[in-house]
Amino acid sequence: MATAATAHHEEHPYGITRWLYTTNHKDIGTLYLWFSFAMAIVGGTMALVIRAELWQPGLQIVEPGFFNQMTALHGLIMVFGLVMPAFVGLANWQIPMMIGAPDMALPRMNNWSFWILPPAGTLLLLSLFAPGGAPQAGWTLYPPLTIQMGMGMDFVILSVHMLGISSVLGSINIIATILNMRAPGLTLMKMPLFVWTWLVTAFLLLAAIPVLAGAVTMLLTDRHFGTHFFNAAGGGDPVMFQHVFWFFGHPEVYILVLPAFGVFSQIIPTFSRKPLFGYESMVYATMSIAFLSFVVWAHHMYTVGMPTAGELFFMYTTMMIAVPTGVKVFNWVATMWRGSLSFETPMLYAIAGVFLFTIGGLSGLMLSITPADFQYHDTYFVVAHFHYVIFAGSVLAIIGAVYYWMPKWTGHMYNETLGKWHFWLTMIGFNLTFFPQHFLGLAGMPRRIPDYALQFTEFNQWSTVGAFILALAQLLFLYIVIQTIRGGEKASGRVWEGAEGLEWTVPSPAPYHTFATPPKIR
Amino acid sequence: MSRVRSLTQANRRLAAKLFLLTVAMFGFGYALVPLYAVFCQLTGLNGTTGRADAQEVQASVVDSSRWVTVEFTGQVMGNLPWEFRPLQKKIRLHPGDTAVIKYYARNLANDTIVGRAVPSVAPNKAAPHFKKIECFCFSQQELKPGQSEEMPVRFLLERDLPKDVNTLTLSYAFYYVDRGQAATADDHARLAAQHSEPRAQRQAKSDPG
Ligand SMILES: [Cu+2]
Repeated sequence: MATAATAHHEEHPYGITRWLYTTNHKDIGTLYLWFSFAMAIVGGTMALVIRAELWQPGLQIVEPGFFNQMTALHGLIMVFGLVMPAFVGLANWQIPMMIGAPDMALPRMNNWSFWILPPAGTLLLLSLFAPGGAPQAGWTLYPPLTIQMGMGMDFVILSVHMLGISSVLGSINIIATILNMRAPGLTLMKMPLFVWTWLVTAFLLLAAIPVLAGAVTMLLTDRHFGTHFFNAAGGGDPVMFQHVFWFFGHPEVYILVLPAFGVFSQIIPTFSRKPLFGYESMVYATMSIAFLSFVVWAHHMYTVGMPTAGELFFMYTTMMIAVPTGVKVFNWVATMWRGSLSFETPMLYAIAGVFLFTIGGLSGLMLSITPADFQYHDTYFVVAHFHYVIFAGSVLAIIGAVYYWMPKWTGHMYNETLGKWHFWLTMIGFNLTFFPQHFLGLAGMPRRIPDYALQFTEFNQWSTVGAFILALAQLLFLYIVIQTIRGGEKASGRVWEGAEGLEWTVPSPAPYHTFATPPKIR
Repeated sequence: MSRVRSLTQANRRLAAKLFLLTVAMFGFGYALVPLYAVFCQLTGLNGTTGRADAQEVQASVVDSSRWVTVEFTGQVMGNLPWEFRPLQKKIRLHPGDTAVIKYYARNLANDTIVGRAVPSVAPNKAAPHFKKIECFCFSQQELKPGQSEEMPVRFLLERDLPKDVNTLTLSYAFYYVDRGQAATADDHARLAAQHSEPRAQRQAKSDPG
């Protein structure tokens, strides 16, 4: 990455200040990605604590209270620390290069939006050491529990505020970049799909994150300033928190997964050596998913005692989301149909991502059926469902994207053999961990409980073994990434035979400044 | 150069607009609170019960061709050290008729304590037809150490109660509000003003039991 365009008036600084003061979209992208990996290790370790405790029934390793802190923090860290920053990192690296812009629209704000993250993540972890520990109420932070929790809860509220500010600033930047900085001639309907899905995601973030900020602010004032938004004794309503939270929470699911759809839509055509099938329908499907995501929130709370009309409404709207999502899956498959397929590591991740995400989508469809949901609600079936969606959708896409674009970033090809090992170990680990959880949930094992009935032992042991394989496989990923940064076979500018798009027209590694003069489109 | 400057300006302008959108959505998050309250009140969702005045009671015509059972339950929530139960488990009456039953509460603690009861009626579709005329849940209740009280509920069951409802349940969740002496009259007034009666009534449905 040291091949700076020295002719440029801006110096290319070294050392710690380079990273602290940088306004370069590539540097900031790198920072986001490393931050995300660090959080993945922390959140993953917490998942291992959970799985170790669930190795057998009874209480063995940790106190139930600590177990609950682990489930809460694991969720918050993976959502706000791993997936969201990783996609913002990918956006930082790729969007300017994909639309032929010299940098992000607001580079200084870009620096800010990253550097809010490390203190926010630290605060989240510090809550573990506050009197009473971290909140024990799950990542959804439902009152009345979260009104009663100790000081750790205030840490988490502040942390959520900071994480929210970071993503709002990041989104504003991404929207401004996409709308104002495109190379002349690159119309909206010519943009690569990763750029499209990020544009829609950024608007989702701007609409959803402030509502979450409002919800946790209400929690804060309920806790300390005498308001009664959620305090029944004072005339509030704890169920209302669930409504406000999930008004953010369901769009959040698509915030986590739409950029993944974008990644799939970049990788699959490249390794099918065919243009993406149904580009326009992909764009419109993305928009309709985003729109629908705001009118389905109560499918997370069927069991609070809603009237039948409400349950039917949310059931139908939820099922409707399967239509645009199905359009997307159809288009990916049609892209591969009769393509000259090859199966390099990024393609393996994309195909596995689509396949496993579809399983998660189907279990989601099962959960959307109100009467069935009364059986599945708060069981391990839900845990299995959202890991098939968030891990298989988002995280596999992130890993695939790193393999796909890493040669462009570092100028080196990664080790394909190790990449395939990493892929297959991840597949085995992931499916072994989460597939049995479907059965556990259907049999009635509740989530967020450190103990379980004897008959669930075997499936839980599979799950625990799988979780450790999955975690170890990610250490191999770290090794592969470091190896690729250090050296390896030189990557060509185009990197992949079937690669199309502006980012492949610049040399590998991508120079520190790209597209100082806008490229010509076609 | 001017192209660069105008681009910078365009970026700033767009960022400012998007920032306003963010602030508006933050406000919308808060607006959801009264919106839900209004929605529940209009539709009677969430077990929200109604209130009847003397005129309505006078005007009500009894439908003596139908019998309906009304069941009563009640529990204390969380850290309220009270005993609380209905003195009658159920009654039978005709739609359109009124009835009075009593709940019993006793303070088991050594302090004066203020509590608030939050009512709810199941099934939801019967809730708007269950109208309270007099209820201890209309205001906060204060009990001295060891003091007990019998508290009446007088209600009207509307004649147009849906035909398929033969049994309905009135339940109360009693919440801890305050230590008695510490709670000044002002506090009570403020609380009462902040949370008008119908909003305060919506809770019980949401709580376990
Ligand atoms: Cu949802």
